[in-house]
Amino acid sequence: METPVEMQFDDPAQQREASALGMWTFLASEVLFFGGVFTGYSIYRWKYPHAFAEASHHLYEWIGAVNTAILLTSSLFIALAVQALHTERPRRAWRLIIATLICGLAFLSLKAVEYWMDYQEGLVPGVRFDASKFTDPAPATLFFTFYFSMTGLHAAHVISGLLVLTVIGITLRRATDPGKYANSLENGALFWHLVDIIWIFLFPLLYLIGGPK
Amino acid sequence: MTGGPRTATLYWTAVALGLLLGGTIVATEFLGRAGPTVNLVIAAVKAALVAVVFMHLRWSSPLQRLFAGAAFFWLAILFALTFADYLTRRA
Repeated sequence: METPVEMQFDDPAQQREASALGMWTFLASEVLFFGGVFTGYSIYRWKYPHAFAEASHHLYEWIGAVNTAILLTSSLFIALAVQALHTERPRRAWRLIIATLICGLAFLSLKAVEYWMDYQEGLVPGVRFDASKFTDPAPATLFFTFYFSMTGLHAAHVISGLLVLTVIGITLRRATDPGKYANSLENGALFWHLVDIIWIFLFPLLYLIGGPK
Repeated sequence: MTGGPRTATLYWTAVALGLLLGGTIVATEFLGRAGPTVNLVIAAVKAALVAVVFMHLRWSSPLQRLFAGAAFFWLAILFALTFADYLTRRA
């Protein structure tokens, strides 16, 4: 079963195309939204390469790597869920959505632990910042401001993605005809993948930019 | 969407993404100053894999690909014009 065709569309394919185009337009606005912060980061990384490298070494590379693995896995799960619904296996789709949600929660939990460890170490500008750790504290402050705003903005997107997928998941689960929600699940999945792509770039830019310790 | 990826394609993409993540760690530890550059290239490859396979661009209409490409085209303009300013400023 497919999503029922609304009156303004000729057929399911046209409706699917319109819904995907709308989603991609939104994703493009998201790319440019994050793009502004990425550009700002790049400018200051170019201006203060050594201070950024030194500051980056204070982050927990292993947490960043594990979180990358978690998000990549979640992307696989949600892609499998989309496919499961297309091949009319709604129960499998439901289970895969649950798996995606668990991954998202694991990511956020690990991120919260990491923020706490950063706080303990005095890496939070304006709240608890230990300037004595750095040879050049001013640009190091800048680095951590970027770190918290970029990862914070990203975490907010993970939370929105979790909410969206939860609603879609529950709707699917309760529907007598789950195939109706194929378009919604595909768009939710597109959003989730974009959030994954943003993290794919945040990981090397924030955690690995200093090279080997 | 017409067709769409097979299950095996999705699994193999995930394997490739895992290997690339491993490659990032190796590059950071062993490539020294080239590490961060290699890492960004790896990130771009990973992002492309996610977009093409998981986000179905490989099976999408040309119009959808154009919309997806437009996002990165405008991002490139943002970077190019900003750096055209900063890189050409005199101290």
